[in-house]
Amino acid sequence: MTTTYPAQAQSDGRTDVCMTVNGSPRTLRVEPRTTLLDALRDELGLTGSKKSCDRGECGACTVHVEGRRMLSCMSLAAMHGSHRVTTIEGLESDGDLHPLQEMFIEHDGFQCGFCTSGQIMSAAAMIEEAKAGWPSAATVDVTEPFTIADLSKAEIRERMSGNLCRCSCYPNIVAAIAEVTGRR
Amino acid sequence: MHQFTLSRPADISAAIAAHAQDAHAAFIAGGTDLIGLMKDRATLPERLLDLNRLPDMSYIDAPAGGGLNIGALARMSDVAAHFEVRSRFPVIAESLLFAASGQLRNMATIGGNIMQRTRCAYFRDEDDLPCNKRRPGSGCSARFGLNRNHAIFGWSDDCVATHPSDLAVALTALDAHVLVRGPGGQRSIPFAEFHRLPGDTPERDIVLDRGDLIIAIEVPARAEGRASHYFKLRDRQSYEFALVSAAAAITADGGLIGSARIAMGGVAHKPWRLTAAEAALRGVSLDDTDALKAAITASFTEARPLEHNVFKVELAQRVALRALETAGARL
Repeated sequence: MTTTYPAQAQSDGRTDVCMTVNGSPRTLRVEPRTTLLDALRDELGLTGSKKSCDRGECGACTVHVEGRRMLSCMSLAAMHGSHRVTTIEGLESDGDLHPLQEMFIEHDGFQCGFCTSGQIMSAAAMIEEAKAGWPSAATVDVTEPFTIADLSKAEIRERMSGNLCRCSCYPNIVAAIAEVTGRR
Repeated sequence: MHQFTLSRPADISAAIAAHAQDAHAAFIAGGTDLIGLMKDRATLPERLLDLNRLPDMSYIDAPAGGGLNIGALARMSDVAAHFEVRSRFPVIAESLLFAASGQLRNMATIGGNIMQRTRCAYFRDEDDLPCNKRRPGSGCSARFGLNRNHAIFGWSDDCVATHPSDLAVALTALDAHVLVRGPGGQRSIPFAEFHRLPGDTPERDIVLDRGDLIIAIEVPARAEGRASHYFKLRDRQSYEFALVSAAAAITADGGLIGSARIAMGGVAHKPWRLTAAEAALRGVSLDDTDALKAAITASFTEARPLEHNVFKVELAQRVALRALETAGARL
């Protein structure tokens, strides 16, 4: 049998979806067609995640779902019931900026700033992927183990290619990320 | 996006039954292609069936000395990062790593990847220019339009589009199988038969029927797996679909090719196997570049380039050679 979900579709065609956003349980009332990005921005007022291309091409909408970086514009909010979602608003802890946020300021990793939240959310998860030993298209030999010590600037550029910056701040973005990972 | 309903089948049987009885239903998993198609109004399903919570479909099994079994819901990034996949079938890991972006690879599934629809700009165009995939019978805008990115093999006057999946090219080279379950039971489809040539029904990319659900991809144990490579040429270095790509996998004895498997992307409506070249490569020395080139040429006598992609005929042969030589370096 097929369950229409969440269990109670409302008379207006909307459904309630419960998820944990930035550590807090939230209930969002959404249409099936509402993207996760629109739900975060319009229902929860979390406008740090940006709607730029709305086609999965620019990375400005990047958030973490269950700890993984994903494009919130290319996913439906109603598919994320019970998931743990983190947006740029949830990245700092107790008022302290995340090291990536500090280094983006230090290295001037932006001009207009529109792509920045997506860049930082993407980079934060990308570093975890590298720590977990994931290779990339820039990895010299995928048949060999990969460690965080192998995360060269070329690796960072490749792994961050899903985040576009129309101001072209790429050298500074890469420098900021490299400093956080301990490579200058 | 248009309005639709979303439901979550409890198990595989429920998913198949719901899809089989409803001509306006579509499966959704990662959603990275389907949501784009819906935003571009290239497909307008009325009911989506969310597969993401189906149990036991995300596995990656790599039994020692054997092949590889990948559940349809395994994510691209997990397969690419799997050490047994990387070491025994590097062509598969590379085809995944050279595709999409880190974010998309975390979302997109293996089953969805091989179901991707073409990136032909006319097909994706919101202004509804003639396209036989988008609106059957409306004509092909690319046949005499902008066709630089289009096919050089196997096209028809009704469609000159190429298939966008990198993974599908690697799986074609390795003669993988697609395990499919439908209302009539389960069957295993050889990869080369999974995608179709356009003919006069280009709206059908693949051989699946309504109610069919991809359960898994099965890669047989292959001696060629380890000495394999995926080489992809793009208009930009990263995060782009292939202009031309090649998956090569070989065995050799004393520097002479024993068995070569080569499939190409960006050249046809489906991953294109270089069967004639594979036969001609047997016994050729990996150090003899001229002989390798000559053997590859055997598969290009039937190439039919379009107005703007004549360059692909030469480029594809060079890409095939590079993939072959790099695979050879892994022997």
